[in-house]
Amino acid sequence: MENIKTVKVKVNGREIEVPSNYTVLEAARAAKVNIPTLCYLKDINEIGACRVCLTEVTGARGMVAACVYPVAEGMEIKTNTEKVRNARKLNLELVLSNHDMRCLSCSRSTTCELQTLCNEYGIQAGTFLNDNAKEVKHPIDDSSVAIIRDNNKCVLCRRCVAACATLQEIGVIGPNDRGYDTHIGSAYEMKLADTACVNCGQCIIYCPTAALYERDDTQKVFDAISDPTKHVAICCAPSVRATLGEAFGLAPGTDVEGKMVSAVRSLGFDAVYNMNLTADMTIVEEATELIDRIQNGGKLPMITSCSPGWIKYCEHYFPEFTENLSSCKSPQQMFGAIYKTYWAKKNNIDPKDIFFVSVIPCTAKKFEVGRENQSASGYPDVDVAITTRELASMITKVGIDFVNLEDEEFDAPFAMATGAGEIFGATGGVMEAALRTAAELILGGKFEKTDFEEVRGTDGIKHGRYKVGDLDVKVAVCSGTANAKKLLRAIEAGEDDSVFVEVMCCPGGCVNGGGQPYQPAVVRNNVNLPAVRASVLYGADSDNELRKSHENPALKLIYDEYLGEFGSEKAHHILHTSYVKRGLYKNIK
Amino acid sequence: MAVITSLDALNAVKAKYIGDIELPADSGKTRIVVGRATCGDAAGAGPVFDQLKKDIDAKGLKEKVDLIATGCVGICQYEPVFEVYGCDGSRTTYVNMDAEKTAEVFESHIVGGKAVSKYTIGPVSEDSEAAALTDTEFYKLQRRIVLRNCGIIDPEKIEEYIARDGYKAIFKVLTEMKPEDVTKVMLDSGLRGRGGAGFPTGRKWQFAQASKGDKKYVCCNADEGDPGAFMDRAVLEGDPHAVIEAMTIAAYAIGSDEGYIYVRAEYPVAIKRLQIAIDQAKGYGLLGDNIFGTGFNFDLKLRLGAGAFVCGEETALMTSIEGKRGEPRPRPPFPAVKGLFGVPTILNNLETYANVAQIILKGAEWFSAMGTKPSDKGMGSTGTKVFALGGKISHTGLVEIPMGTPLSKVLNEVGGGVPDGKKFKAAQIGGPSGGCIPASQVDVEIDYDNLMSIGAMMGSGGLIVMDEDNCMVDIARYFLDFTVDESCGQCPPCRIGTQRMLELLDKIIAGNGEMEDLDKLNDLAGYIKDASLCGLGQTAPNPVLSTIRYFRDEYIAHIVDKKCPAHVCKDLLEFVIDPEKCIGCTLCKRSCPVNAISGETKKPHVIDRDKCIKCGACMTACRFGAISKH
Amino acid sequence: MKKQPTTVPFRGTAEQEQQLLSVIEKYRGTKGAMMPILQEAQGIYGYLPVEVLKIIAEQTDTPMETIYGIVSFYSQFKLNYDGDITISICMGTACYVKGSADVLSEVASVLGVQPGATSSDGRYSLDATRCIGACGLAPVMIINGTVYGRVKKSEVAGILAKYKE
Ligand SMILES: Cc1cc2nc3c(=O)[nH]c(=O)nc-3n(C[C@H](O)[C@H](O)[C@H](O)COP(=O)(O)O)c2cc1C
Ligand code: SF4
Ligand code: SF4
Ligand code: SF4
Ligand code: SF4
Ligand code: SF4
Ligand code: SF4
Ligand code: SF4
Ligand code: SF4
Ligand code: FES
Ligand code: FES
Ligand code: FES
Repeated sequence: MENIKTVKVKVNGREIEVPSNYTVLEAARAAKVNIPTLCYLKDINEIGACRVCLTEVTGARGMVAACVYPVAEGMEIKTNTEKVRNARKLNLELVLSNHDMRCLSCSRSTTCELQTLCNEYGIQAGTFLNDNAKEVKHPIDDSSVAIIRDNNKCVLCRRCVAACATLQEIGVIGPNDRGYDTHIGSAYEMKLADTACVNCGQCIIYCPTAALYERDDTQKVFDAISDPTKHVAICCAPSVRATLGEAFGLAPGTDVEGKMVSAVRSLGFDAVYNMNLTADMTIVEEATELIDRIQNGGKLPMITSCSPGWIKYCEHYFPEFTENLSSCKSPQQMFGAIYKTYWAKKNNIDPKDIFFVSVIPCTAKKFEVGRENQSASGYPDVDVAITTRELASMITKVGIDFVNLEDEEFDAPFAMATGAGEIFGATGGVMEAALRTAAELILGGKFEKTDFEEVRGTDGIKHGRYKVGDLDVKVAVCSGTANAKKLLRAIEAGEDDSVFVEVMCCPGGCVNGGGQPYQPAVVRNNVNLPAVRASVLYGADSDNELRKSHENPALKLIYDEYLGEFGSEKAHHILHTSYVKRGLYKNIK
Repeated sequence: MAVITSLDALNAVKAKYIGDIELPADSGKTRIVVGRATCGDAAGAGPVFDQLKKDIDAKGLKEKVDLIATGCVGICQYEPVFEVYGCDGSRTTYVNMDAEKTAEVFESHIVGGKAVSKYTIGPVSEDSEAAALTDTEFYKLQRRIVLRNCGIIDPEKIEEYIARDGYKAIFKVLTEMKPEDVTKVMLDSGLRGRGGAGFPTGRKWQFAQASKGDKKYVCCNADEGDPGAFMDRAVLEGDPHAVIEAMTIAAYAIGSDEGYIYVRAEYPVAIKRLQIAIDQAKGYGLLGDNIFGTGFNFDLKLRLGAGAFVCGEETALMTSIEGKRGEPRPRPPFPAVKGLFGVPTILNNLETYANVAQIILKGAEWFSAMGTKPSDKGMGSTGTKVFALGGKISHTGLVEIPMGTPLSKVLNEVGGGVPDGKKFKAAQIGGPSGGCIPASQVDVEIDYDNLMSIGAMMGSGGLIVMDEDNCMVDIARYFLDFTVDESCGQCPPCRIGTQRMLELLDKIIAGNGEMEDLDKLNDLAGYIKDASLCGLGQTAPNPVLSTIRYFRDEYIAHIVDKKCPAHVCKDLLEFVIDPEKCIGCTLCKRSCPVNAISGETKKPHVIDRDKCIKCGACMTACRFGAISKH
Repeated sequence: MKKQPTTVPFRGTAEQEQQLLSVIEKYRGTKGAMMPILQEAQGIYGYLPVEVLKIIAEQTDTPMETIYGIVSFYSQFKLNYDGDITISICMGTACYVKGSADVLSEVASVLGVQPGATSSDGRYSLDATRCIGACGLAPVMIINGTVYGRVKKSEVAGILAKYKE
């Protein structure tokens, strides 16, 4: 602390001492004064472009963008002047003059940061001519099965670009043209489905408005529920319970598993299951595959395959690595596959009558359900994947008082899960779970270690090295495609000799997935959201008596009754899949 | 080419080539200098040059007559131009030449020794047959520092630059001065940035000098985006080494070893000559590694702009050199701390650099003796400023005048006033960021602070004169249209705000304006100036504000009377046939593209207002002056 | 102005591709080389269609959208092939106050081509440009590199006649 110098500044007349590397925004915050922001994302979008945070400071001409303007000794910061108030108002009025203001029918209404700002500053629409009010100025791009772009609601804050190009280093969307024609688009105005977008949805969770959103599949689910001929089952992914509460105003980091089960049951599903079970199943299959590859000279490193965003990324950007991918389906697909085969047979239900829904933190899973080689029963393993947000909207729509619900439990026999399955939703979770199982499978007995701290935490790339018997197991974990790129390049260059690698497409893992509840930038800038959400999962893990996937009794039952051995031929037929090599640009020679 | 490592060696080059420029009396030689800047070639200097070459060859005069393609002579009005220097010290300026006239001049003047006075620039004086540019009113008020070599030397020949004391300043700097001495001289000279804002150059260099870092950059802004300004091009085409030398001096001062010159891609001739100059300087060891054998290194690279006005803004220029969309970055951090590729960088305008070597050689006092002194309005402005005189003025061209010269003198004495007996209405200065100076302010003494105080701005030096036929609302709209298109599109005040202002002006020009639109324009303008991220947005409303300030009547005429007093705005025009003057010749009727005119032969015709699209064809067609616009 | 990608099929040759690859090679390791690469690529092909950007994107390991963002930002970069005869009218200030707008509309009406477009037979392209630095000759018109100064509206048809087949 000694090294960081401090300066004295005045915020609206009150003196305060702050570190000299603070911005005006941070200094004001320290003085309990809020300055609104729109484009600012700490570290990844510090462009000072939206001008929503304009503030008067001594020594500067005009007004300054508080989000990027550094403090200086003796600076007087004024946020409460006529000039500042007028500027903020005029700025928003101008933005609205170029905005499709149909809040009433907008998916972001009440979570929209622009709407919030306009409410706070008492904006009057119609001060200026609006060239977006009558006609649809930009065509809506709904080519993608997962991500929809509506530039009519775009305020050009470029947060999506920061997510896609800076954070993920994918960059399939960005600013095109200039001046009044500037807009977000893809190269040559291609449709998103024709680009190498991986459907991670990071752009969506960073977008302050409804210019980016996921395809809404909730009506398909409601329709199925209303259809008396259908058996409609749903399974809930590990990280949804760690975040769903946020959509109902609960603080990040609140575990709502019991309420979630209760709410989903009230929606009218015939069965409500815990996807943690198939997370365990993924682990035993993956651990078996890993051991097989190590012992029989298979392709190494083996890389996890449960993140469909990552899979698509690998297929587009690193096709030479597709053989490194574990052939295991993701937990979501495994669940649907087992349900429509084993469970259907056992209960005499025709798989064609089963409508299987999964609720996941992920927009990429909407693409995954339609992939080839994902129909073990002859019917798609999963019919519809809805995001945490979509589930929240369904719950709201039918009038369930979520926060006051009593806890309920998943339906048997797919309720049982281990702690290993719980932590799937955090970066490093799959690795830790897999290590717990792999170690014991290799040793054929107990391994002393259950907590693999080295692979926990929200660092982008993590390494671990474990001695299992006489085996030296080197592993690497990364989240976010930018880190994946870095890691794969190191592997290519022979600088990284891990045998097992976990990759999660979203920075921080599924707890920060593209389908998770919206949190405004002010929360994202000040809270380590992935870490807070992940703490729910690690808590549940340590509270669980069963910590290892292969100890899951429900899992054992399925293998005993149906699949046979871990990694059996039948298991392969039902629980494994294949990959394709994709080019970067669909329609170019 | 031998590498030059000493002053003696440099002087030897000078001694060898000075005779080419200042012909010794006994040499019997003649030097013909043809203006071959872009504008000269555009006006037809090529055929003139070729003719001269042909004649020299034909007459076997190769040994006696040197033919030089020079840069800008500064008198666009008279292009194509060539000047004949005799070894008797005479100088004759031939103007508006073509191949035929050239042959005639060659025969008479070069071969026969008799100047052809009908083709020279001015009246021939009594004791001499010849008339030179230097004798004209146009020239007399000027003081040429930046343009000292333009139109004189061969810009593709480094030896001629050296002959005119080129590369002496960098030698002095490297061998006699510490970096602090250099910045001090610059500061004392009072030189302010010629790119527009007038920031003291010495202070800028001091900041960068104080910045820590192993790597620093020196950049030159030759993007010259102001439509109507062309002095940077003229210097590049006429005296490229001046820039190279100055940037090397700057590099020494701040501790840099690499620089970039960012040039408009629309200047192919300038780019070519600059590249030649860089190669030649490297050949002599005056640029590159171990300059003058002192161990000092400086490498210089060219980067071409790609047609974006905003890239003249310093941070946008740097993002552009970095190979990205030319979007400005917020400041601070300032470039002197964190500039190109994230390291300390200075950026100066090309004209700023063109002053540097002279200041080093002649001293700060010499420079600061010219211009205005500090006053309550500001710090004063020293030296000269080059203006590109254009628009409704008799002598268009490049002029370099001492700071503090009244605008009226520039317009009337240097520029020869407004042609065709029309009335001066306003001068637009500073381009799209600047403002207009109305007749009432025409005596303003040109300096940064004075211009600022009357709502205009120096800008880069475009000076466009407008007469009674120009509509000021239309002009304001013109500039705004420019900035709307050129805005980088990052921030809402500029991206959306200027568009909304443009819509308000369009509404006024279409005859649908209301008085409250003027207030709206004012409010928006004030907000855009205060709220925009970069200088483009911060100055974009200036042309509107200054025209509202000085020509409010004209706005009101558009809004209230629905008339355009200058008869420019089409929607407010009406073409009328005067029945008294019309003889019914039917010419107009036949020329109207939309059949808006009716009338029988030999009877007065009439225009149907509702059909007329105001193309003006009928008015051009009528030989009897019967049609007028209102 | 909003840029519209071309709809005309690509006709690049192997030779052009080779040239482009050597340009990219030349700039390998040069910092911030994207602009000169694009400028030289346009020099080779005359415009920058998606096929060309694909090569540049792959060779420089840059997302194609990032490059397209640059291409669509600068007015120098073209997404369409020019006509055989390109006509530009300067709309810089000096030219504008001397009536270049009238010259432009006259050219447009004589040729039947709108500014920014190419005639349907692919022969003429018309553009309104920024100042070309020959303001002293305002108003200025440039046809295939030849500069015409002090152009009067009434002279337009005559000048253009020189460029008929
Ligand atoms: C929109 C905009 C355009 C500019 N265009 C130019 C230009 O074309 N040439 C130039 O030298 N400076 C231009 N400037 C000024 C530069 O940003 C910068 O201040 C200048 O090059 C610094 O050099 P100086 O201190 O020598 O003037 C422009 C500024 C703005 C805001
Ligand atoms: S994006 Fe926000 S402001 Fe725009 S319509 Fe939707 S809710 Fe309203
Ligand atoms: S979903 Fe992911 S890859 Fe696709 S545009 Fe959004 S951030 Fe980029
Ligand atoms: S799409 Fe959303 S995040 Fe992207 S620029 Fe527009 S408003 Fe911002
Ligand atoms: S990390 Fe999770 S949320 Fe993100 S794409 Fe992968 S599976 Fe989906
Ligand atoms: S003021 Fe205009 S040019 Fe400057 S950053 Fe904002 S939008 Fe871009
Ligand atoms: S009156 Fe018409 S022509 Fe005159 S300035 Fe106004 S708009 Fe232009
Ligand atoms: S101005 Fe044009 S349209 Fe109107 S009457 Fe004359 S020729 Fe016809
Ligand atoms: S051209 Fe003139 S004189 Fe002839 S009919 Fe028309 S208005 Fe009358
Ligand atoms: S400019 Fe500060 S939040 Fe956008
Ligand atoms: S003579 Fe035209 S700019 Fe020099
Ligand atoms: S304004 Fe037309 S050439 Fe400069």
